[in-house]
Order: sequence, then structure tokens, then C-alpha cells
Amino acid sequence: MKGLRSYCCTVLWLGAVLASSSGFAQGVKSSTEEVENALAGIFKAIETSKFDEALIRTEALIAARPNYRLAHLIKGDLLMAHARPVRSMGAAPNAPVDRVKDLREEAVARLRAYRERPPKDQIPRYLLQLRPDQKHAVVVDTKKSRLYVYENVNGQPRFVADYYMSHGKLGIDKLREGDQKTPIGVYHVTAALPKEKLADRYGDAAFPINYPNDWDRRLGRGGSGIWLHGTGSETFSRAPRSSDGCVTLTNADLNILRPMIQVGLTPVIISDNIEWLSLDHWNTERESLKQAIEQWRRDWEGLNTETYLAHYARNFEGDGMNLRQWSERKRQVNAGKSWVKLSLANISMFRYPGKDDLVVVTFDQDYKSSNLSGAMKKRMYWTKEGGRWKIVDEGAA
Amino acid sequence: MKLLNICASRACALIMLVCAATVAHADEIADIGKLLRGGQLDQAMQKVDSYLATKPRDAQGRFLKGLILTEQNKTAEAVTTFTRLTEDYPELPEPYNNLAVLYAGQGQYEKARQSLEMAIRTHPSYATAHENLGDVYAKLASQAYDKALQLDSNNPAAQSKLAMAKELIGSGNTRARAQASQAAPATQAAVKPLPGSAPATAVAAAPAAKPSAAAAAAPAAAPKAVNEEAEIIAAVNNWAAAWAKQDVKAYLAIYAKDFKVPGGKSRSSWEADRKQRIEAPKKIQVKVESPSVSVEGGSASVKFRQYYKSNIVTASSSKTLVMSKSGGNWQIVDEKSGN
Repeated sequence: MKGLRSYCCTVLWLGAVLASSSGFAQGVKSSTEEVENALAGIFKAIETSKFDEALIRTEALIAARPNYRLAHLIKGDLLMAHARPVRSMGAAPNAPVDRVKDLREEAVARLRAYRERPPKDQIPRYLLQLRPDQKHAVVVDTKKSRLYVYENVNGQPRFVADYYMSHGKLGIDKLREGDQKTPIGVYHVTAALPKEKLADRYGDAAFPINYPNDWDRRLGRGGSGIWLHGTGSETFSRAPRSSDGCVTLTNADLNILRPMIQVGLTPVIISDNIEWLSLDHWNTERESLKQAIEQWRRDWEGLNTETYLAHYARNFEGDGMNLRQWSERKRQVNAGKSWVKLSLANISMFRYPGKDDLVVVTFDQDYKSSNLSGAMKKRMYWTKEGGRWKIVDEGAA
Repeated sequence: MKLLNICASRACALIMLVCAATVAHADEIADIGKLLRGGQLDQAMQKVDSYLATKPRDAQGRFLKGLILTEQNKTAEAVTTFTRLTEDYPELPEPYNNLAVLYAGQGQYEKARQSLEMAIRTHPSYATAHENLGDVYAKLASQAYDKALQLDSNNPAAQSKLAMAKELIGSGNTRARAQASQAAPATQAAVKPLPGSAPATAVAAAPAAKPSAAAAAAPAAAPKAVNEEAEIIAAVNNWAAAWAKQDVKAYLAIYAKDFKVPGGKSRSSWEADRKQRIEAPKKIQVKVESPSVSVEGGSASVKFRQYYKSNIVTASSSKTLVMSKSGGNWQIVDEKSGN
């Protein structure tokens, strides 16, 4: 069994960490949890030179997940070690290099996620405010190949579960059709497609998201058909980077996630590396933006047109107007009114992944005035300009 | 003495069993073996059946029958024959090995693995089983890799591998047969007087008649080489004598501290296996035939035919002991048996 001793350490950089318990959430056991517990057990056995135990564990995993390629690869290595030294994962002679690499990357991603559980007292920075009727939020970390689900508990996100996921073959920052990249941004589920309406490769279900959104269009990003979907029948699990831009889960995990998804409501935030905030910091950030929105509402309601317009950023765009055109129009309209009543309900605020301060805000706007009334769903993009929150885009949701 | 063989994929699994119970039986067995090697399978079968009619439990006869059935491509019957042998003689590694080869031929690598592991459990230094096991593990591994990497059976590499295994069985046979016919006259001559109590003297005479290759190649060093050779052969004889006396302590003492324990086992578990295997039979005879010694540096390699007889089984196989001198004594650092 020469070589196998260094198998896990050199290939997967795992130490005694595997001994610690995983800390998966309570509830229905996901395939992610099941598989990663099993893999951790296998690698721990290999690390401690218990190769027979490792093989038994691997065979048990294969019995549970017969078309799990990574498990077959490990089984191959454990058997091959009897015939010749195995120095790294995937010692198959004449193995296609890219396929072995895919499986190695999956092993690394899964075992890292097993070891590095989401911080218990922190939440993804992006979930600033969920609407009361948004029961769950989905946050993706492409770098970690992980999809996190949060529950809305009185506006505060609470961790529910996390799943191994795959994204675009050529990575992130989708720009155009066919670039095999996954977009980074704030999206929501727009439809639910059942298995019967899908080709096999989409697995048990698919949930299209609204890429490209208004902000993508504003930046000239194109392409379409970015879905959250399952896995085709030829394999249990896909490589970390294996889709044409979609976010994919195992069917088992997708079926657990499925009842939590609300079409038209559930936010799907795709980041390449989640930023985590303590509850205190999250609250501070959230309050400062809430105040800015409230101030904007008051200034509009009070018909203080110039202070109202000061809430808009220099590079503002909305309803096909730039800041100058928007200002002229608002001045004109407001001049003809004796009073305005404005109430906002169901506010949601989702920060964009990345270093720019950009937050998508949506709400139900109820507008009444001396000469015109109307209700609408509004969508705004807020950004920081000179240290102050300002509106950079505004339109109907 | 006759050699009969069944070949595994790469390593030719030479299985040799010899009947020395009586001359008559030995002759009968020898004749059957001759017929089998000559490809006269029907006659061989007739003969073995009539032999087994008088001695239905005889291990050699049944083993031969298994080989004939294998040659006749009656795999299922061959499997049954070897399986029964493993049931009646669980201490014999060869039937397990042949069973494994048959299973492997059917693509039942998991069963082949189990059989080979049984062979090695009964005989930890059985080199053929180790080699075969390596091949079977590689096959099992490649099946797993196929599933992992979607290399289906249409994959050319996988296909040619299987075809090659079939072809090697054929060529392996021819090679082994050639070896067998070469070995035959020498061994027949040596076989005659076999007092089980004095194998050492029988062997000591051999090297004089057959100078080693090493001595011939280096005439200047000849006296020293001959001297060393005698020492080495004496050590081999001590080893055989300790084994025959079932003196486990003396037997194990001939193995060097750095002896290459077969099958990646620990020294202690290997020793326990040897002890069990040496002490199990009521009576053992061990004879070393036609040893040839080659010395290189401080290390010697002794190749000989090992003739083993117990109340349970009689077997002959070729053996190579690699020895090195430690504290004035030649000790075994590696042991290989099989073809």
C-alpha cells in the first residue's frame, strides 16, 4: 500500500480536522451531508492506514449512491494500491486527465466544506432585509461550490442547510451567451419547471432565475437561461465547474430545497466568495440604508424636491432618463401638487456581492397625491457616493 | 515428477502436485499429467476417473481432474471440482488459486479476490497467489475507474486488456510446458531414493555435479564461491530440516530480521501463520532438489525444487530463497515460490 499514506494529505491537504464532527444542520439529512460524512470517514481511515476499513466505507457509499463517480474513483485507488503504489487520487492508467481533475476538485470542495462549516454567529452580508413573505433565501458561493439556504425569521436570516453545488465550466462573471459562465449578482426564481417538462440533464426540477436583470442589462451583460437545477441520470454528482452557467445540485438535495422555493419571490444571490457579517455589523449596515430610504420617502412626501433629488447619484438612470432629465421631470411634476402621501411596504434589501456598495431594494409603493394616485412594485439600486447612500437606478420591479 | 499448470492472466500460475505415496500411484498420476499436457483430454479424463474410483478423496487426482475440466472449457464443473477441494483440504492454497483464475476468467473479480486471499491465508508466501491477487486488484480497480471516469467497455484500452489476458493464458501454457519437459529428466533422476529423514545428504551431493553459473563465470573467485556455496546450501538444508522436524523456532530463526514478509503483513502475523501451518500436519517431509546458487555481493540467491510431503498433501514447487550473511550465518531475506 505504498503511497496511499500520503494520499489525503498531499492531494486534499487534510489533517486531523476530519476527526471533528461536521456540524451539519438538524433536519432532513441531505445527500451533501450523507456523502461528505462518508467521504470524511473514508479519508480518515486512509490517513490512519486503515485501508480495509476505507474500502468497506467506500463500498457502503457506492451501495447508497451507485452512480457516484468520486466514490468509484476512490474505490479504484484503494484496490489499485494492492497492485502498485498509488501516489495521488485517480491512479487509473490512461485516465482522461480532465475527468480525474474534475473528481479531485469535487473531493477537495466537499471535504473543505465539511471541515469549514458556515460560521454560526455570522450571516451572509447580502441578506440585509427579506420581505415578510419571502420564507427563504438562497446564497451561492462558487469558490466553495456551496449553496446556502437561509430562513426568514422575523426579517433576520437563520441558517437552514448547505449543499454542494456546481457552476459554469469557465467560471463566473457571465457576459454573453454561450460563455459557459455563471453570473454574479442578486436574482430571484422566476419559474418552476417539473421533471416531465425537462431533458434528462436537468434532473428532477429546474428553477430559472432572472438573469440578465436590470443591472446586468445596464452593464451590457447578455445571454440567458441561467437556471438552478438538478443532475442528469448519468451521474449522482457533478464536478464543481461543469455547467454551461447554471447552478446545479444533486437531485436528492434539489428535492429537499424544492418546497422552500417560492416562484417570483425566493432570492438567489450568487457570489464567488461569500462575505460574512456578525449580527451587529449586519444590523448597522441595514439600519443605515433603511434610514436613507426612509429619508428619501419623507423628502418626497414633504415635496422638498431639491433634498429629494439629492438622494440620486450622479450616474443615475431610471425610466430611460439620466439625472438631469429625471430632476427636470420631478421638479415639474412636484410643482403641480399640493400634497403627497407615500407609504412603502414589504421592503427587501439585498446587497450585491463584490466590493462595490450596491444594494437592490424592492418594495410595494402606495402613492397618493392631490392630483394622482397609484400603487406599484418598485425596484431600486442604491450605492454609496461620497459616503452617503444614493439611488443609482429606479424603476418598476 | 510431473508439473501441471493452470495459468492466470499475467503470472503463470504453476501448480504442482506430486504423488509419492506409492510408486504405482505416482505413475498413474504421472500418466494422467502426460496425457493432459499432450492435449489428450478425453483419455486423461478417463484415466483420472478410474483413478478416483479407487481413491475418491485423493487430492492430486481431484486437482488433476479440475485441470482437465479447465482445459476442456468445462468451467462450471472445474469450479465445482476446485471448490470441493478447498472444502476438503482448506489448508491447500493451490485449489483456491485455480478457482480464482477461473473466476477471473469469468470476470468475477470479486470472487477471484476472495479465493486468492484464502490461498494466501493458508500459505502466506505463496508467490503465485500474490501475483495473481495483484492482477485481480488491478482489474477490480479498473472496473471502479471505468465507473468513475465513464470509460465504458467500448473503451479500447479496456478491451485490449481483456483480449490480452486471454492470449497470455495460451502463451503462458506453452512456456510452462517447455519448462516442465526440461525439468523432467533431472528430477526423475533425483527422485528415486527419498529417505524423508535425510534430505540434507541428498542435496549436498547435487552442487558438485552441477557447478553454479556464478562459479563458472568467475573462475578466479571459484574456490571462495564454492566454499560460500556449500555454506549457503547447508543453511538451506538446515531450513528444510527445521521445517521437516516442525521445529518452528529453529525454522523462523533462519529468517533474517529484515526478511521481506509477503503480502505486506507484519512479521508477527506472518510468524503466527507459519507456526500454524508448520505445526498443523501430523508429519512433514521436506526435500531440497537441484539447488543452484548465485552469489552477488553479500547476497545469494538459491533456486531449487522444493519437495514437500505431509499426511495431508504432497507437493513440489520451485522456490527461490534470497539470503544474506548476518553474524556469520546465512539468513533468508526473501522467499518466492511458484514457477
